Amino acid sequence: MVAKRRKGVRKSLIALFFVIVAAVAALIAVNVTDQVDDISLGLDLQGGFEVLYEVEPLDGEDTEITRELLTDTVSALSARVNVLGVSEPIINIEGDDRIRVQLAGVEDQEQARELLSTQARLEFRDVEDNLLLDGSHLAEGGAQQNFHPDTNQPIVSVTVEDVDRLQEVTSELAQQPQGQNLMAIWLDYQEEDSFQEEFGSPDSKIVSAPQVRQPLNQRDIMIEGGFDVEEAQDLAGILNAGALPVELEELQLNSVGASLGQQSMELAVYAGAVGIALIFAYMLAYYRFMGFIAVLTLTTYIYFVLVVFNWLNAVLTLPGIAALILGVGMAVDANIITYERVKDELKAGRTVMSAFKAGSRRSFSTILDANVTTILAAAVLYYFGTSAVQGFAVMLIVSILMSFLTAVLGTRLLLGLWVNSRALNRKQKLFGVKEEHIDEVRS
Amino acid sequence: MKFDHRESRLDFVKHRKKFFMFSAVFLLIGVILLSTLGLNLGIDFRSGTTVDVLAEDSVSEDEIASEFAEIGYEPDDIVLAGENNDIGRASFIGGLDQQESLEIQNHFEETYGNVPNVSTVTPIVGEELAMNAFISVLIASLGIILYVTIRFEFLYGISAIVALFHDALFILTIFSIVQMEVNIPFIAAVLTIIGYSINDTIVTFDRIRENMAKEKVVETFDQISAVVNKSLIQTLARSINTVLTVVFAAGALLLLGGEGLRVFSFALVVGLVAGTYSSLFIAAQLWAVLKSKQVKRRLEKERLEREAEEEASTT
Repeated sequence: MVAKRRKGVRKSLIALFFVIVAAVAALIAVNVTDQVDDISLGLDLQGGFEVLYEVEPLDGEDTEITRELLTDTVSALSARVNVLGVSEPIINIEGDDRIRVQLAGVEDQEQARELLSTQARLEFRDVEDNLLLDGSHLAEGGAQQNFHPDTNQPIVSVTVEDVDRLQEVTSELAQQPQGQNLMAIWLDYQEEDSFQEEFGSPDSKIVSAPQVRQPLNQRDIMIEGGFDVEEAQDLAGILNAGALPVELEELQLNSVGASLGQQSMELAVYAGAVGIALIFAYMLAYYRFMGFIAVLTLTTYIYFVLVVFNWLNAVLTLPGIAALILGVGMAVDANIITYERVKDELKAGRTVMSAFKAGSRRSFSTILDANVTTILAAAVLYYFGTSAVQGFAVMLIVSILMSFLTAVLGTRLLLGLWVNSRALNRKQKLFGVKEEHIDEVRS
Repeated sequence: MKFDHRESRLDFVKHRKKFFMFSAVFLLIGVILLSTLGLNLGIDFRSGTTVDVLAEDSVSEDEIASEFAEIGYEPDDIVLAGENNDIGRASFIGGLDQQESLEIQNHFEETYGNVPNVSTVTPIVGEELAMNAFISVLIASLGIILYVTIRFEFLYGISAIVALFHDALFILTIFSIVQMEVNIPFIAAVLTIIGYSINDTIVTFDRIRENMAKEKVVETFDQISAVVNKSLIQTLARSINTVLTVVFAAGALLLLGGEGLRVFSFALVVGLVAGTYSSLFIAAQLWAVLKSKQVKRRLEKERLEREAEEEASTT
């Protein structure tokens, strides 16, 4: 009988609602694990290590540190990190003269640090420290890990560009008496260094100093340094990656053990899940049917944030999680602002349909202004901020845009389908509005 | 919870002087504390090294200390952390060099099977980050004032920024009182609260703007404060529900999120309380006071002009 008094319920709209919800749910169910796996975690969550370098001009040179020089250094560093086999290194220029390198999941941190900060300037000098050959005389990419033909020891071979030049210097060397006819192969020679001091000292910058008995008429020079295979491969790798055009000084080193990171992450995810469950429960209890819609849109919101975040190749860190929480807060807030408006209109005696329309219209500008103001603040933080502040800002902007999309458009669409289907007519209770709070229905 | 705002007799504006007084006194104490006692700066803001040792089982401070003593080190401070006290955080102010940290890592890897987490920091990095965040917030504030002036009115912008700094300073004051260690995630928490504070204040102001537009004549302070009060009561349910839901998230992180998030989530919870307080009791009231002064000046000016005109016409 009740049904007769009402206009007929438009079941097609309700069916459409379920189709949309099922489609989104299916998409999330199929895709969410992939998305979660794709998230690159920051060092604070995953473990690894981070070095902040100050870039200084090479010893004795008075070059200005320009943007171009920094970019060159970054590419040289990236090439070296490839030697390490780190999948997703993060190398950023910060300020005017700093470079931050973040390597997640590196096992041998000591090796990595050495590999990064070595300039890899290979030089050939005589015992009087006179320069014979340097990197500019070597063929690009010509370094190779090899084995010594006689002893089978791992060695590094480099290729000279100009065979005549090599012959010239070696023929001079070969005329020197025994003990003076050494060709010292230096790595990162500096002005104050001398052959006398360095040769044979522990941790020497002289990789090796072979005797030259006769002029060399060949393209390849073998460097024997008592390496093991891995060391020889690393040296060949960084020689090929190219020398650094600058000197790097470690300002800060931050290494995070992976198991510590793992533990923090599990706890944070668990706590986050509990928090979101509480929010859902509260929304359901307080806003009833609208709360149910909120649960749907908030779930979609979290999924969308993950997708966009991966799409931007952003790295999730603790400050990022902070921004995500703020984003959840703002998404919930957008829902709450709309629902409170709808409730107000219902209490004022409007019908469900007109209350929904008026409520969404009136809440729109509020939500828009609040979101634009916060995005504006986030954009400024991104523009002027550094590392952690920037990470926070990116996550915040993504969160706000997605919350706007889901909480405003999503809610309007989903709730709108139900309201327009007329199934909710006169069911103010479903909105958490009690009958005694409703004003006399206006005639 | 029921907030039927049409019957409510709550008056948020009447006691504004008490709220202003409370905040002023609290923040003054804060400034004094910050300039004398300061914050308990963590290793992010001081040069030194921290070594986080993850043991397989619960450990005691003495155990960690004796492990360090075995290889000849004496940490300046040892704090236990982790769910079962299975993490020992040893701090060395002044710092360790590469060789030393390697030695410690090797030692503990042999002892507990986990490579400890070694952070060596020069304070410039943390200090610069904090400075950078501070300057960015100042610039962002200018942007907010500009936007709010265009969309609303200049006085709303000023009041919103006062509320924003109120909330940020509130967190700093609380942290100065409890002397909890301040780290880089703390900065993220302060930024989060600033974002929340803006959002919250704008929502309230939006309602005030809407209600002001409905009034035909708003000239006296009483009229303005009636509008403000009505708006605050109308948005009360939203304010409380929103802060409750965000507190659910931040509170869950505080209670269940583990040691790494404790400082961060505590700062969030404190900031949320401060943010709600300032939105309900400070920002709108401040706007009402500023607005009524502005209106008074305008009326005064109009009266003088009228008198001048009358004088001109009589002579």
